[in-house]
Formats: sequence, C-alpha cells, structure tokens
Amino acid sequence: MSTTLYERIGGEPAVNAAVELFYRKVLDDSTVYRFFGNTDMDTQIAKQKAFFTMAFGGPNNYTGQDMRNAHAKLVTMGLNEDHFNAVMKHLGDTLVELNVPGDLIAEAAAIAESARDDVLGK
Amino acid sequence: MSTTLTIDQNRYKCEAGETVLDTLLRENVNLSYACKKGTCHSCLVRSDVAPPGLAQSGLKNTLTKQNYFLACQCYPEQDMQIRLPDQSEFYRMGTVITNKLLNRNTILLVMAFEDAFEFNAGQFVNLQRSDGLTRSYSIANIPEVSNTLEFHIRRLPDGVFSTWLHDEVNVGDSIAVSEPRGHCFYIPERREQGILLVGTGTGLAPLAGILNDALANGHSGPIHLFHGSRELEDLYRIDEMRQLAQQKPNFHYTPCLSGSEVPEGFAAGRVNDIVFSQIPDLKSWRVFLCGHPEMVNLMKKRTFIKGAAIADIYADAFLISYH
Repeated sequence: MSTTLYERIGGEPAVNAAVELFYRKVLDDSTVYRFFGNTDMDTQIAKQKAFFTMAFGGPNNYTGQDMRNAHAKLVTMGLNEDHFNAVMKHLGDTLVELNVPGDLIAEAAAIAESARDDVLGK
Repeated sequence: MSTTLTIDQNRYKCEAGETVLDTLLRENVNLSYACKKGTCHSCLVRSDVAPPGLAQSGLKNTLTKQNYFLACQCYPEQDMQIRLPDQSEFYRMGTVITNKLLNRNTILLVMAFEDAFEFNAGQFVNLQRSDGLTRSYSIANIPEVSNTLEFHIRRLPDGVFSTWLHDEVNVGDSIAVSEPRGHCFYIPERREQGILLVGTGTGLAPLAGILNDALANGHSGPIHLFHGSRELEDLYRIDEMRQLAQQKPNFHYTPCLSGSEVPEGFAAGRVNDIVFSQIPDLKSWRVFLCGHPEMVNLMKKRTFIKGAAIADIYADAFLISYH
C-alpha cells in the first residue's frame, strides 16, 4: 500500500481526536492514573500526541533509546506489564470508539506493542 | 518568495522554503525549541500580523486570536514583526483612583490611564514598583470607555508587594503597568454553550471580568459561577453576584465555604466537590479555572474527565510569591 497508516487513519485531526478520548480514559483509570496524572496536563497532552503519532506510524523522531529514557522514571515507580496492557486496551478502545476500521487498529496496536520492551526498560 | 522578519531593531531575511525557526536559528537568535514538529509548543512566539493558519494549528483559540504561532511551523506569507517570549515589556503609568477594602484582607484597586488600555477581560498585567519589584495581578473588569483597570488584591502574610499596595499606596499615586498577558478569557462564539467558572479567593477577579464579558456579548447558555474560600469573611461581592443572578436568568452563583461554619445560602465543602454535585456532566461546556494552583490543576483534570474538551478548558493558576 502506498499511503502510510498515519495518512489512512486521518492524519493530525485523527491524532487530536484520539488523544482526547485516550487521555480521559487513562486519567479515569486508577490503576494507571499515577503514571499520567502528576505532570501538567498540557505537557501530558503533548506527550500523548507524540505517542499517537508514533502509534499511527506518523512523522516522529523517537528512537528506542528515547522511549527508554522517557519512561525510565516510571519504571522506577513500578511501571510493569499490567500497566502497559491496560494502556494498550485504552488505545484499542479509543480507536474503536472513533470507528477506526479493525485492520488499521491492529496495525496501530502492533506499532505500539513494538515499543513495549523499551517502555518497560527490558 | 523571501520575507523579512523584524525582532526589535533587527531584520532577518527568511528565504523561500524556510520556517521562521530555521531563519532565527541560522541567524543565531536565541529561541527555545525542541520537536520542530508543532507538537511541543516550545517555540511559541507572537506576530504583529495574522500568521499562516498552519503555524497556529493546535493552539488555543485565545492564543490564535492574539497572533501567537509556532515558529517551527511557520512559512511566512508576508513580512512579520516578531516578539519573542522573553522580550522586555512595555510599561505605562496608571493613576490609582480607588483603594478600598472588599473584605478583611482584600482591596479593590482601580487605576486610570490616559489612553485606551486594550485587553481581554480575564487577562493579567504586571504591576511594577519604582524599585523594580514586580507582581502579576488579574484584571477584574471589562474594557471600559473610562480606560480603567480594576484589581482585587489579597494581603498575603509576608507578601511585600500586597502589603505595599494595602498600606502605602494612596489615591493619586502612580504605578507602572505592563501590557496585558494570559490566555484565559472569553471569546464570543458558541453563545449557547454552558460556561463553568470556578475560583478560589481573588480568583473571582478574572472570573468576574469573564462573566461580565460573556453577558455583555449576549451569551445565552447557562453560566455557573462557584466561588470558594474557607471562611465567609474571605469571600466578597456576594450580594452583587446574588443580585446579578436574579437579573440574569442564565447566570447561577454558588458561594462555597470549606470551613466549619456554613450559614444558610452557602454550599458546604470545597468548590472542586460542589461543582460536580451540581453539574455532573461537562460535555461541550467551556470551563474557566482561576485561583489557587492546587485547585486549578486538580480541576483541570477533573473537568476534563467529566467531559470538557481540552480546547475548552481555560486556566489561570495564581503564583504566590512572598519576597
């Protein structure tokens, strides 16, 4: 296929819509809230936007090492597989809510999944 | 097509295909930046003319209205005069025409200016004493023909500046006032939208401005104001707000007290709990939060979780400095 997932999913407007729904879900989830709730909300939104851009295969500069560094502090706070799974579920639910076709959701989930070891510092 | 960028007295040539950030970095102008993708907003600057729409993508509407834009996303379409975030401010002198108590620890300070003072109700200015000591205060009124600015100033324990304003500044004195700043203000659109105003202490000042601005613009949706403090003696303008609520059917006022003594007519508890007992769902509401930083940060998250869109949440957390 010639176009990227990012383009097929709807580009920046899709990212913005997804970030809003997704961030509301994680803030309302007591099991992962502490990893998202402490910093300033606007900063968090910018981070989530970068995350979704990455998950959609859009333009981003993040390397595996960046992902490691960015999440190292959360790992010391106890970030583990369960939390990662919970966030993956919120990601999937968000895209379902936005009526993104199943095959595109699977592609996005696979990209996010590929960051698992870096995020968890493994 | 190349364009000219002007910063202070300096002119820089922005080549075709270059962003404003590219040009400034090439010219060694000191400007913070990070992602270069329009995501982090580090390179937010301001222009004298409306910038290209793409350079304002993702910014709050109160920022776009003031011609703020992202340098990394801006391919200029015309010459621009640019203001960097740290550029020195322009001050003008105002004359104190009122200094009186609103409650046991808050004064109403009104200053008059010779020329029109342009601002949006809800913005703040820096007041500067002749020795250079500077503090930010929110403007409490809406732009008026009289060219006045109103402030509500609480006396902070050990607060050097507020003590000075309370005890030493008299009617007739002059104080230097900066240009208006901040992006917590009303924009006259979607007039049927519900508006939630939540403030603690002198957070009422910007909210009163925003409220009057919304009403003056014929906002038709419900407007709810929650003003909280611990003790009754620290609230103010209670009768005025109650009267306004009687006159304007879409305006609702709830004074809240978190201390132990709560007389009839006041809601008992913290504003952050009382709001949601009255308005459980904030989907499609516009929210303004002003006052204590803890309350503001907590309420930003809670109003968002309750359905308010991020673009619809405007916040002004008061910084408290003593020395």
